[in-house]
Amino acid sequence: MSNWFMLTLVGRDRPGIVASVTSALFESGCHLGETSMLRLGDNFTIMMMVRDCGDEAALRGTLQPILEHLHLVLHVDAIDAVLHRRPVPDVCIIVHGADRAGIVSAVTSKAAAAGLNIVDLDSMVGGSEAAPIYVLQIEGVAAQGAEAIQTALEPLQAEGVKIDVRPIETFVG
Amino acid sequence: MPVLQILTYPDDRLRQVSTPVLEFDDALERRIDDLEDTRLSGPGAVGIAAPQLGWFERVIIVDVAGRKKSSSHGHLVLVNPEITEWDGFTMGREGCLSVPDYTGNVVRAERIHLQALDPQGQPLGFDMEGFEARAVQHELDHLDGLLFLDRLVSRRQDLFARKSYK
Repeated sequence: MSNWFMLTLVGRDRPGIVASVTSALFESGCHLGETSMLRLGDNFTIMMMVRDCGDEAALRGTLQPILEHLHLVLHVDAIDAVLHRRPVPDVCIIVHGADRAGIVSAVTSKAAAAGLNIVDLDSMVGGSEAAPIYVLQIEGVAAQGAEAIQTALEPLQAEGVKIDVRPIETFVG
Repeated sequence: MPVLQILTYPDDRLRQVSTPVLEFDDALERRIDDLEDTRLSGPGAVGIAAPQLGWFERVIIVDVAGRKKSSSHGHLVLVNPEITEWDGFTMGREGCLSVPDYTGNVVRAERIHLQALDPQGQPLGFDMEGFEARAVQHELDHLDGLLFLDRLVSRRQDLFARKSYK
């Protein structure tokens, strides 16, 4: 089995981070698996599966000059990695309303109790500063079906949030 | 009936453009049976196209009848299919027997009119929408050497780029 690591890099966003990091990894003989980058505000983060980088000390040594140059923080986990372990989401939940504390907690707690395993979540504050609105988008696997989640979230609508639960049908052919 | 091996990306043969069926004979029916058996052996496949088996003639099978929320014409064997009308756009998630373990968002026409022949060479015509229309468009792409990977759109963004209203 290959010696996989999960790298998590965090820092202030600037152009060229991914190019610098992946080039350094490639030049040192590392092999990339799957990666996922996110940007929130001015903040950058990426998770990368890598293998064939030697041990953790060697991997950190490879990236150290770039971490210093780009002011990035690196977190490394040795992982029992397997590619092709991606759950296919079958439900999408879209929530929006006036911004207030507790929306994400209420929605995700009730949905989890109704069988939801979240695989993707994204939330944004929009609207004006005087009247901010909150938009939450979730994709997941509904172990008890989308209707169970719909039913579980229904009471929240009375609290002024609009909640839309839609099945995701994936065509395969 | 034999279950045949499905070509998988990046096999160059998936890029080949298939030719129209000219002979409507027993050999065609046998090949269609093999195509159907192979479709049924695939994980959750509701459609299949002949070139996925290395058979480069314009034949597809689609059956979305199992999807309770979709309108459907049932089990369809479509020879020399052709979309003659398109209307609307919709984004949906697609996967493919020829691209294992990957799904992505693809924009397709919401409604289509399809003309085709049945396995005996008799003309067929259908108005289709939604999931069934998506299935036909996906399979027809195979006949032209295209995969859904060629049509991927962003996983995170909406169907249309956000407009700036000023």
